Amino acid sequence: MTHTPLNVEELRDQLHALATRDGIRQWDLGASRGMNASVQVDRGEAKQMKAAQRSSITVRVWNEQGLIGVTSTSDLSPGGLDKALKGAYQASSFGNAEDIPGFSPLATAAIPELDRPLKPSQSIQTLLSTLKDVEGELLAKHPAIETVPYNGLSEGNSERIYLNSEGALRHMQRTQASLYLYARAEESGRKPRSGGAVRVALGSADLDLGGCIQEAAERTISHLNYQPIDTGRYLVCFTPEAFLDLLGAFSSMMNARSILDGVSLSSKESLGQQLAVPFFNLHDNGLHPAHVGAAAFDGEGTPTKRLCLIGNGTLENLLHSEATARQFGVHPTGHAGLGAKVSVGPDWFEVSSSSGVSSAANHLDHRNASEPFVLIESLNALHAGVKASQGAFSLPFDGWLVKDGERISVEAATIAGDIRDVLKGIVHLEPNEVVTHQGVSPHVWVDGLAITGEA
Amino acid sequence: MTRTRGLVQTHPALNQTFTLDPSHTPWKDRLETLLQTGVRAGADLVEVFLERTDHLGVLAEQERITSVSPSFGMGAGIRVFMGHRDGFVSTNDLSESGLAQALDQALAMLELEHNALQHERGFEGLSQLRDFGANKDTWLAQSPELSEITQRLLEGTARLDQIGQHLEVRRGSFSRDWQEVLVAASDGTYARDIRLHQSSGLSVLAADGEHRASIARRFGSSDRPDDLREWDVDAAANEVCSSAATMLHADYVDGGQMPVVLANRFGGVIFHEACGHLLETTQVERGTTPFADQVGKTIANPAVTAIDEGLSTGAFGSLSMDDEGMESQRTVLIEQGVLKGFLSDRAGELRTGHARTGSGRRQNHGFAAASRMRNTYIAAGPHSTDDLIQSVDRGLYCKSMGGGSVGPTGQFNFSVEEGYIIENGQLGRPVKGATLIGEAKEVMPRISMCANDLDLAAGYCGSVSGSIFVTVGQPHIKVDSITVGGR
Repeated sequence: MTHTPLNVEELRDQLHALATRDGIRQWDLGASRGMNASVQVDRGEAKQMKAAQRSSITVRVWNEQGLIGVTSTSDLSPGGLDKALKGAYQASSFGNAEDIPGFSPLATAAIPELDRPLKPSQSIQTLLSTLKDVEGELLAKHPAIETVPYNGLSEGNSERIYLNSEGALRHMQRTQASLYLYARAEESGRKPRSGGAVRVALGSADLDLGGCIQEAAERTISHLNYQPIDTGRYLVCFTPEAFLDLLGAFSSMMNARSILDGVSLSSKESLGQQLAVPFFNLHDNGLHPAHVGAAAFDGEGTPTKRLCLIGNGTLENLLHSEATARQFGVHPTGHAGLGAKVSVGPDWFEVSSSSGVSSAANHLDHRNASEPFVLIESLNALHAGVKASQGAFSLPFDGWLVKDGERISVEAATIAGDIRDVLKGIVHLEPNEVVTHQGVSPHVWVDGLAITGEA
Repeated sequence: MTRTRGLVQTHPALNQTFTLDPSHTPWKDRLETLLQTGVRAGADLVEVFLERTDHLGVLAEQERITSVSPSFGMGAGIRVFMGHRDGFVSTNDLSESGLAQALDQALAMLELEHNALQHERGFEGLSQLRDFGANKDTWLAQSPELSEITQRLLEGTARLDQIGQHLEVRRGSFSRDWQEVLVAASDGTYARDIRLHQSSGLSVLAADGEHRASIARRFGSSDRPDDLREWDVDAAANEVCSSAATMLHADYVDGGQMPVVLANRFGGVIFHEACGHLLETTQVERGTTPFADQVGKTIANPAVTAIDEGLSTGAFGSLSMDDEGMESQRTVLIEQGVLKGFLSDRAGELRTGHARTGSGRRQNHGFAAASRMRNTYIAAGPHSTDDLIQSVDRGLYCKSMGGGSVGPTGQFNFSVEEGYIIENGQLGRPVKGATLIGEAKEVMPRISMCANDLDLAAGYCGSVSGSIFVTVGQPHIKVDSITVGGR
């Protein structure tokens, strides 16, 4: 797979000419293009191989009244650009006069340098051969593992640009590869069980294949000996992946757009208030070295940076676009999308302990805790079981009841609670911060969460 | 992929007005050339899916329109089969060279080379076009203009303000998806269709001190340009506000095992998640359904008859033809508890032997088609809703459902947006925060009673071939025992 960079200057000149012809003086544009190849296998045989070439642009224009309109298209021809520009201009008649996004004041500021070398891609036949081997190794790990029904090895390259009529011009390229393995195991007379693992890297040659195989196998095998759990309240330890998922589902608490829209648990007055226990820190760091998909700028061209959201349990900052930052009197933070109403979202969470503040529960360690607890491996159905604007969650999970060091897989149970209670009820953060494919977090302990089981 | 040109040079063939209408462009010749090339290279079957899309999303918040988001696009998906394998390539480049390169890449995935031309067998040309879109060319123009859409949404948020209490957020949203597709395959398939899906919804966030409730309702249809004009905004606003008022001060449900009665319409999500996905041949291929070898056997309570069809007039999941060019049909999945068949697409038929059912569906050209549900429902039974509720001593009545999912072992879940305790055969206090979980093999025999009030509801379903428009449905049903997660 080869990839020649976008001709950004030519695109800018073309759009400038079209806009000038139509009397449009203020405009900006975000574009992306990517190529991707992926393979799936089934018990040693190729199942489906895929490749995709994708392109898209989003054009925004401001009309004579200063109102904004937007149009997106996958048609990147001159005719497509022209149609998108005209569509955006027509849509601007319906722009919201009460909340008009502008250009980011940082759209031409220096952007951070990212150490993300572009990696050469491998042929799809090489990907296929690799995945066949990987699947074979995983199947050989335990006689009960009969299939790996969900598997995939993919890699691709992509580029993004942002440019505007005031001279901003951002351009970046990146490569990324991923491997996922979800095995299914079944023993005679017992229910099927499953477990999985994911790895990402800049290129497929850099993927930690062995680690992914081992983790998928261990998780699957560890769920074979399952039992129902009694309904009740439990001391719970979230794995880093599970806790990051939960936190991400409630990120509207730290999202300025959500606050202005009235759908966040937080308000403008929440800044400076205690949101979590004093030994809890949360940063958003799109520049983290382990963040394979890192971007140096957001949809509005604002540079990405490390931002402290919660420090010593206190809400210190929010995620901002240009428009929300203007309303809060701060600078945009590099978390914006691009649209008529600009969305804001987190990038890469880092959960850590505050230095010098103890949880007073340092004895808790998921590897050798003496008291019984439930270890939550992963949370399911977050799209359905989380009420972000209410703070409530009720979620099926995969995990284990741990007693005297023995792990017993939990069958068919849910965990429920309120995120505000969780953050203020954290009893311990383990010292070891684990880098996952979606962020950084230690194991997080919370007491008294409700679990409903079949027993 | 070997394209090496820059962004603005990639589509020289598309500077003209683009249309898939085969009477205006030489698509048939171009497609036949592609298919011939693929077959002569040794492919068992080659399929080309072309699409053109026009989407509009509009959002109203309180008294303002806050987002108007038009988008349009085009693309192609080329799939090549050889034996039980297939290679799939998608592209936005519909120039002759772009499509040829995509085909080359799909062939190369199966270690075929187009210029080898080793096979003289094969392709006898495309059949006469089956134009399912012939009478639909005016649909997009008949759909409401932006000014009409914004007016209707603002009517909705104003109505919410008039009748709602403690409403901090009022939203109205509208989505229109227009799609023109052209499907050609080396078995002669040549078919075109135009699809129009519209959905409109209202949502609120009610708050009173520490109490909060967020309620949303969405209404959707297919093939009805006048849908938004005919939308009963007042009824929708009343339903949303009534539910919000009920749930605002509701307590959280106590979890445990209990009987539940699930309301009609969106209650059908239980069958969609618990069983419907497990009757798609994609699950048979993966070995992730417990029903793979159960055709002709009893897998559900005899009270249950379940159907998946593409024919329900105006329903969100209806299709004139599927995304493989096959005319839609009615498929009985379960009849009085006995499994009758699976939903199958082209690859499913090839790999599992189950005959195609017009169920090959995909979100867009970026996905290969897969066997997916359309309008899926449990048929009406003989009982009244009161019969079902009165048969429960202590349990849960689920009036409104949220989303759900099913995992690789067949364990399903879905959330309950509005629920009530049933005590001594009577509806009691409202409760919130319930999630229902279970396994299909266990829960299907426990659906013991079906009422006589079948109704359908629009939804979206995400799976291997993307997010698609579907309908779920059922009458009120009773499940004898299920795990209700709560706190």
